[in-house]
Amino acid sequence: MIGELIVAATRLTVGGHGLWIGCAPSEKQRIYFANHSSHLDTILVWAAMPPHLRRRVRPVAAADYWGKGRLQRRISLGVLNAVLIDRQTRSSDPLEPLKEALAAGDSLIIFPEGTRGTGELPSAFKPGLYHLAKAFPEVELVPVFLDNLRRALPKGSLLPVPLSCVARFGCPIQLEAGEAKAAFLDRGREAVVGLA
Amino acid sequence: MTFPALGTMGYLIGGVVLLLAAASIVGWLIARRVTSDAARDTVRNLNSRIKAWWVMVAIFAAAFIFGKAVTILLFLAVSFYCLREFYSLTPTHPSDHAAMAAAFYIFLPLQYWLVWIDWVTMLTIAIPVYSFLALPVLSMLKGVTADYLQRVAKIQWGLMLAVFCISHAPALLMLDLGGVPPVQLLFFLVTVVQLSDVLQYIAGKLFGRHKMAPNVSPSKTWEGLILGGLAATAVGAALWWITPFSPLEAAGLAFAIVVAGALGGLVLSAVKRSLGAKDWGVMIEGHGGALDRMDSVTFAAPLFFHLVNYFFAR
Repeated sequence: MIGELIVAATRLTVGGHGLWIGCAPSEKQRIYFANHSSHLDTILVWAAMPPHLRRRVRPVAAADYWGKGRLQRRISLGVLNAVLIDRQTRSSDPLEPLKEALAAGDSLIIFPEGTRGTGELPSAFKPGLYHLAKAFPEVELVPVFLDNLRRALPKGSLLPVPLSCVARFGCPIQLEAGEAKAAFLDRGREAVVGLA
Repeated sequence: MTFPALGTMGYLIGGVVLLLAAASIVGWLIARRVTSDAARDTVRNLNSRIKAWWVMVAIFAAAFIFGKAVTILLFLAVSFYCLREFYSLTPTHPSDHAAMAAAFYIFLPLQYWLVWIDWVTMLTIAIPVYSFLALPVLSMLKGVTADYLQRVAKIQWGLMLAVFCISHAPALLMLDLGGVPPVQLLFFLVTVVQLSDVLQYIAGKLFGRHKMAPNVSPSKTWEGLILGGLAATAVGAALWWITPFSPLEAAGLAFAIVVAGALGGLVLSAVKRSLGAKDWGVMIEGHGGALDRMDSVTFAAPLFFHLVNYFFAR
């Protein structure tokens, strides 16, 4: 119910139309990786999915934003069923909650830049995507490009401008045998850029 | 009959509903017959237009039944979708966020509020003067000068077309035309604009030889413009009895609407192409967006409003 309201509000304000260019929506276990430019990114990718997929596709969100206030926790945990990760601590493996979710058979939405960028194209990817691809080779890696959101709600602003934003889903990529970390991350970034 | 206007608009809307029902049936029958790809495209385009008109007739019926407030809200929604399509296609910079937010959240409601309170002077200057001065200031404050002039010009253009121009259609409701209910003028405007669009399209498909502006809008032909435009002018003249005009004046004003509408369609097509797009949006099931159907209204509405206001209003 709250989920539907959020999807409706997202549609009305920023659109959130999903364009499946390189693959079709599927129940297959996947990691969707997207460029990150606004706080609405998480909700937009989630809203662009067909409703029956949303239950098993869990956005990965930063605990320092989505786990902080009561409203944020309510939305991130209660509605989006998000996996919260701690960006600050270096003590434990920050990817641990993601690996648990993947082991349980869930799909994930991740933003490999780690933080919201300001440029037109995504900045360099953090190595998380590589480690997940290596640990779960059977999971499909789907690049996603979120268009217009950086104009609709740029970093530092609170009020979204109602532009229509689209989520473009590209061809799944795979970690090749023996592929180096940097080369793979570059290729992943190129896959997202290719949808821009 | 205590409400003669009720009778007139009731008959007009009833007549359009019958016409559209006939068009829908014919379109459905033709769609099942055609075989070639080109013909299928043409029929699909016609049928999508017919669907868009059902929406417009519903809007008019609602406006007629519920009055000025609902009419204004409906046109506000149309402006909102058109402005959104325009800004979505137009590349701006993230630092234009404040200017675009002001366009959506201040100038769009302000313009329609001015229509509601009948403030004609402010209606005609709010966007051309005050938004023209205010929005570049908001963009400038962020300090990004790359493409600055292009960006502020595009933001102002979107507001002018989608909000300022379109708001002149419901602004007709402000006019005092003696005994004639102004909603009938709105009906006159929209009927002539839309008929002109489709009659030009059909005449162009049937008799079109000479392309008018091959780079801007490849499907437009001189034959289509002249034959379709004359037919729409004739329909406008035949509607003189719902207006304060004589038949000759009605023909003249319908002609002005036809010319402005055709030019508006071409100008918006040029804008669209300069942005590298074929359609403004995907609102009407893959057959373009709201702005694709409103393009001729954007140019025809202000011209018609001012001609009527100057020569016929009290």
